[in-house]
Amino acid sequence: MSMELIKPGIHLDFVGKMKYAITFSIILTIIAIASVIFHGGLNLGIDFAGGSIIQIKFQKDVSADQIRTALKSTKLENSTIQQFGEKEFLIRTHESFSDQKILATNLEQPLTTAFNKDYEIRRVEVVGSKVGMDFQRKALFAVVLSWIAMLIYITWRFEFRYALGGIIALVHDVLIITGTVSILNIEFTLSILAALFFIIGFSINDTIVVLDRVRENVKLNPKQKLGDIINMSVNQTLSRTILTSLTVFLTVLALYIFGGAVIHDFAFSLLVGVVFGTYSSVFISCPIVLLFENLQISKMKRKK
Amino acid sequence: MFKSLKIRVAITLIVCLGALYFLIPTFISNIPSPWNQYLAKEKIHLGLDLQGGMHLVLEIDTDKALEAMMERTSNDLKESLMDNKVRFSNLGKAKGATISLELTDSASAGKTALEKVLSDKYPDLEIASTNPREGGELVTLKIKDKRAIDLKKLTVEHSLETIRTRVDQFGIAEPEIIPEGENRIIIQLPGIKDPERAKKLIGETALLEFKIVDEENSLDEALRGNIPEGDIIAYGMKGDIATGQRSQVSYLLKNKSLLTGASLETAKVQIADRFGDPTVSLKFNSQGSIDFERITGENVRKRLAIVLDGVVHSAPVIQDRISGGQAQITGTFTMDEARDLAIVLRAGALPAPVNILEERTVGPSLGSDSIRQGIIATLIGTLFFIIFMIIYYRFAGSVADVALIINIVLVLGVLAAFRATLTLPGIAGLLLTVGVAVDANILIFERIREELRTGKTIRLSLETGYNRAFMTIIDTHITGIVAAVFLIMFGTGPIKGFAVTTIIGLLASLFTAVFFTRVIFDYVVWNFNIKKLSI
Repeated sequence: MSMELIKPGIHLDFVGKMKYAITFSIILTIIAIASVIFHGGLNLGIDFAGGSIIQIKFQKDVSADQIRTALKSTKLENSTIQQFGEKEFLIRTHESFSDQKILATNLEQPLTTAFNKDYEIRRVEVVGSKVGMDFQRKALFAVVLSWIAMLIYITWRFEFRYALGGIIALVHDVLIITGTVSILNIEFTLSILAALFFIIGFSINDTIVVLDRVRENVKLNPKQKLGDIINMSVNQTLSRTILTSLTVFLTVLALYIFGGAVIHDFAFSLLVGVVFGTYSSVFISCPIVLLFENLQISKMKRKK
Repeated sequence: MFKSLKIRVAITLIVCLGALYFLIPTFISNIPSPWNQYLAKEKIHLGLDLQGGMHLVLEIDTDKALEAMMERTSNDLKESLMDNKVRFSNLGKAKGATISLELTDSASAGKTALEKVLSDKYPDLEIASTNPREGGELVTLKIKDKRAIDLKKLTVEHSLETIRTRVDQFGIAEPEIIPEGENRIIIQLPGIKDPERAKKLIGETALLEFKIVDEENSLDEALRGNIPEGDIIAYGMKGDIATGQRSQVSYLLKNKSLLTGASLETAKVQIADRFGDPTVSLKFNSQGSIDFERITGENVRKRLAIVLDGVVHSAPVIQDRISGGQAQITGTFTMDEARDLAIVLRAGALPAPVNILEERTVGPSLGSDSIRQGIIATLIGTLFFIIFMIIYYRFAGSVADVALIINIVLVLGVLAAFRATLTLPGIAGLLLTVGVAVDANILIFERIREELRTGKTIRLSLETGYNRAFMTIIDTHITGIVAAVFLIMFGTGPIKGFAVTTIIGLLASLFTAVFFTRVIFDYVVWNFNIKKLSI
């Protein structure tokens, strides 16, 4: 006997629940966008906004407040100080310190006064604001173009409404993850961008598998109503969908738990993304295909 | 595709062995001597986020290079115009990379003469504008647009070459120095210990000039603002050996540089006998030696200032004509400073100043921490997945497990062969393709199960399962590849890193998840009489 998570012949009514799902997604998307607007844009990391980031590891236990006190009346006075793993801290400013001397007088000297030499500067990253803006623009441009490319490819292989369903589903996922990052006030860094790329790939893969089954079933049963076909297809692929998402989810969970501070935010976004990437291929892309079908039918009726 | 099982097994073996061949240097660092010449040399480069080291993005100020060129040209032009008896006044470098002058001949004659000089001797220049003035005409000259673009390009190439030489001579293992965009250079120096020193070594313009100190005019008067025509004020540091204090000294120099670092043959560090302070000794090339002899001969008893990037290092009195083409730069250097100065002088000056746009230094401890944790997390995740697949799909699951491992080996092998650098976004790409590869196998296995349930034979179920899933898998993979190709075309650095691993990974996944697993299944089903497929 082989193991089965989902029994064959399962028949859940997905299409009937799509209304609620769409409402749920619209609310989430609005919250996501509202959060970004409310926070005055994303909390962009230095890769996108420019600035400096300094990571320091102490030998003893110190608090962020102690560091802030030590840095009082230096140029780093107004920087963000954040605990980052055990005895480790990130100091972030919007200024770009390209000169080591500025860093020495504003960081090393006051820290040595306060904590002796019991610390190690483990990382210094400085990005000019011009480079950050450049990168922001290029990243956005590349991503949008890659979406258009996928739209064209899927339209060629399937139909336009399938392609549109797939792309809207992944835009939905990207918006929700960006919203989550914004609500939790996580810094939008390069690793979050990498996570978004992962999610885009994962989401479109998942959507194509489901829509491929829909296409196949439409060919096999041309007379059946599309809503029923979609329901059948989602049920048929449900076992695979759950299995794939579960394995990927648990693997990413391992990264989240054991991966350490450096990939913490990355792994977290992946976790959220896997859940929504799976959800959106069933509850976002399918209704869009269905919606287009209904639009066409009503058009045809009017013509008659 | 290939019906013969033997051929398919052979292809599988060749691909796997090929990948392993390229991976050997990555995992075994010291291959004994007779073997290492047969094996691949390149290993997987870890990005600085994973390994530690320094990452710099430099912008070459090409506009400054053009301005400097126009400055020099304006001096030459003065002489050419005088030689050709063209009457002019107020010739000098103007705003940006332009030269302005007033022609004082009767309007048309002056302009015709100027045009003739330009076309004979300065084909790169053209007249940008002319404005009639009282008693003449104000003319602005500029570099021809096409030529300006060429010059900028040359400046970047020359800078790249110079920086490469400097970094090589500094002795950093596996540096990456690559141009980006029009005027940027990306420099990656893995595992560097003293980032500040490296930064100085790379970013220093290192323009060495020899200028005569103007002792006929008063320095004090010049410091009050009355700088004589053709002179400049420059500063230098003076070290007091007794106290170790450094103080600033000002000099009044003749602006014309008599000799530059371009005339050097070599430069090296020497220890001066008296105080044990290091000095940098210079040797001029043959033309440089002749020039140096002439210059020193013409200026005996005067002081010759050695100026590096506008700072006077020393200004010794020329005692006598110096032949043999040797000179020394003394100053208060540390040993490291002297050594670095010798390197930059040997490598030559940068043709333009550089600005540091981006700078990242990651300590080696942090890099190794993130690697260790990343590897542990990946191993736990993979292990979990392997066990899960075996529990769920039994024999078929173990086939998928082997496929997954081969997939990872293939991707890493290709990365090593192409000298690609693995960074965090790259790992995200790897993770994505592993997910997609796993999905492909799950897709196939679920299809086979569906077919088996309808009562088909094992062979037929395998056949239909694979065929049905194949088109879906092709579509998912190609969609991913299409998107990644666009990311490579329009993205930069980290985005490309993600896209490259994704493309390699998806191709590997097509091979392992579809081709390789099928070979195993076919082999088992054709060679053993199996009643029930363990899936």
